[in-house]
Amino acid sequence: MKALSINNLSKTYRNGLQALKQVSLDVKQGDFFALLGPNGAGKSTTIGVITSLITKTSGTVKVFDTDLDDDPETAKGYIGLVPQEFNFNGFEQVKHILITQAGYYGMPAAEAEPRADELLKQLGLWEKRHTPSRSLSGGMKRRLMIARALVHNPKLLILDEPTAGVDIELRRSMWVFLRQINAAGTTIILTTHYLEEAESLCRNIAIIDKGEIIENTDMKSLLNRLDKEAFVLDLKYPLMDNVNLDGLAYERIDDTTIEIEISRGESLNSVFELLSNHGVEIVSMKNKVNRLEELFLNLVETSEQSA
Amino acid sequence: MNRSRQQRHWVAFSTLVTREVRRFFRIWPQTILPPAITMTLYFIIFGNLIGSRIGEMGGFSYMEYIVPGIIMMSVINNAYSNVASSFFSAKFQNHIEELIVSPIPNYLILAGYVAGGTARGLCVGVIVTLVSLFFTHLPIEHIFITISMVILSAVLFAIGGFINAVYARSFDEIAIIPTFILTPLTYLGGVFYSISLLPDFWQNVSMLNPILYMVNAFRFGMLGVSDIPVVFAFGIILLFIAALTAYALYLLNKGTGLRN
Repeated sequence: MKALSINNLSKTYRNGLQALKQVSLDVKQGDFFALLGPNGAGKSTTIGVITSLITKTSGTVKVFDTDLDDDPETAKGYIGLVPQEFNFNGFEQVKHILITQAGYYGMPAAEAEPRADELLKQLGLWEKRHTPSRSLSGGMKRRLMIARALVHNPKLLILDEPTAGVDIELRRSMWVFLRQINAAGTTIILTTHYLEEAESLCRNIAIIDKGEIIENTDMKSLLNRLDKEAFVLDLKYPLMDNVNLDGLAYERIDDTTIEIEISRGESLNSVFELLSNHGVEIVSMKNKVNRLEELFLNLVETSEQSA
Repeated sequence: MNRSRQQRHWVAFSTLVTREVRRFFRIWPQTILPPAITMTLYFIIFGNLIGSRIGEMGGFSYMEYIVPGIIMMSVINNAYSNVASSFFSAKFQNHIEELIVSPIPNYLILAGYVAGGTARGLCVGVIVTLVSLFFTHLPIEHIFITISMVILSAVLFAIGGFINAVYARSFDEIAIIPTFILTPLTYLGGVFYSISLLPDFWQNVSMLNPILYMVNAFRFGMLGVSDIPVVFAFGIILLFIAALTAYALYLLNKGTGLRN
């Protein structure tokens, strides 16, 4: 079953801006799906239409086979939204926010309360449950929005840049949490500017640019399209000037760091062998840039050139 | 757990009303206390000090005569401003999105806010009534008319506050209607005088003021005297409620001021 099915979705704002142009997209049930695109590409408009925050110009949206126009109550009941901007009542207490949100979805307080407690504990907000939400730190506010989106047990969780402005430690702990709820059966759609995040979490991906889907595939196939990959090697000793590394595309970053580029299919063993033959000892190695980032930039650039 | 649509609707509605009531009790120094103080001053100044020199009106002491109008004034002002400020704050802080993305039908969103506004109007009305008992005896001639009129008036003005908040783009815009329309209509709506004191022309003009009907019907319920036929007052108020409800729902369904 499809968790989300969008067909020929278009949105033209009153000022004439055509934010979405006949966008069609399917997300399978249980998927962890990335919707990526540069700023102003149409990601938030797409999410806005799916969640009824934005009125579409044309097209259809189905959530678990329920048309959003025909039966909005049922369709909306499936969705949990973590928006980009904080949008809770700053004067309300953390726990009240969750119980109230559950109530909007028809979950009575007696059922919502233990669910809220469970989420507050899981997301490290238990100690703050009686605090007005405006007093929370930025990271806590982000976690509160995730808890709020999950309180009614949605089948489809949509996260619009959930880790923006969040420190690395918290971001990683949120990844672990999102993986857990996805493994438990919740379909997740994620938009993010951290491409490392999408690469790490998502199985399928769509890239949107200027209101059009320019790529829609699985993450593995997309990454397989990389024809070259760059690595940064840390050396044990400074690289001597007279060392001849002919046959290896490399660039010296500093005395003990070099960057190498290898073609797809080329074995790293041959690189290590060459370096070893010249007495170069490698201490550590890492990818130069995020692989998805490179592909993303290529795709968007190609799209801009063809426009 | 599977619940019927009606059960879910009831939970959603009661959640919204609970949130609204909790809100105005949480900020009681802004919502409950000021009208109690203001109305006490009205009783002292207009009722006690000036009223004792005015003498009788409609067969009652001036204090007795103005009490129903003052109670009604506090009810409609508070019902209106509660919904206007709460709904506009929700827009301003963007937490209105919590409701828009949820499966609550629009008519329940309207009903929830209106019930919250009505609750505050009635709460303040009860407090003002209790305060008035320190100043005068308060007869109730027709209990059903008294209660139904105060509830209907609160509902009507709560819907008015909702429409105001839908259109408002700043806090200034939710103060314009109460300041320039609601307050003059209230003061000219027979709170402090009987329109029989006015020349014919101004009596006819006063008949265009919907607040006149509420104040008089409410006064009829308490004192048994009115400047206008009470049945007519109920008809007018029900008509206004139906028209404003339809308009508020139209705005909500269209997403005016809420959706892009």
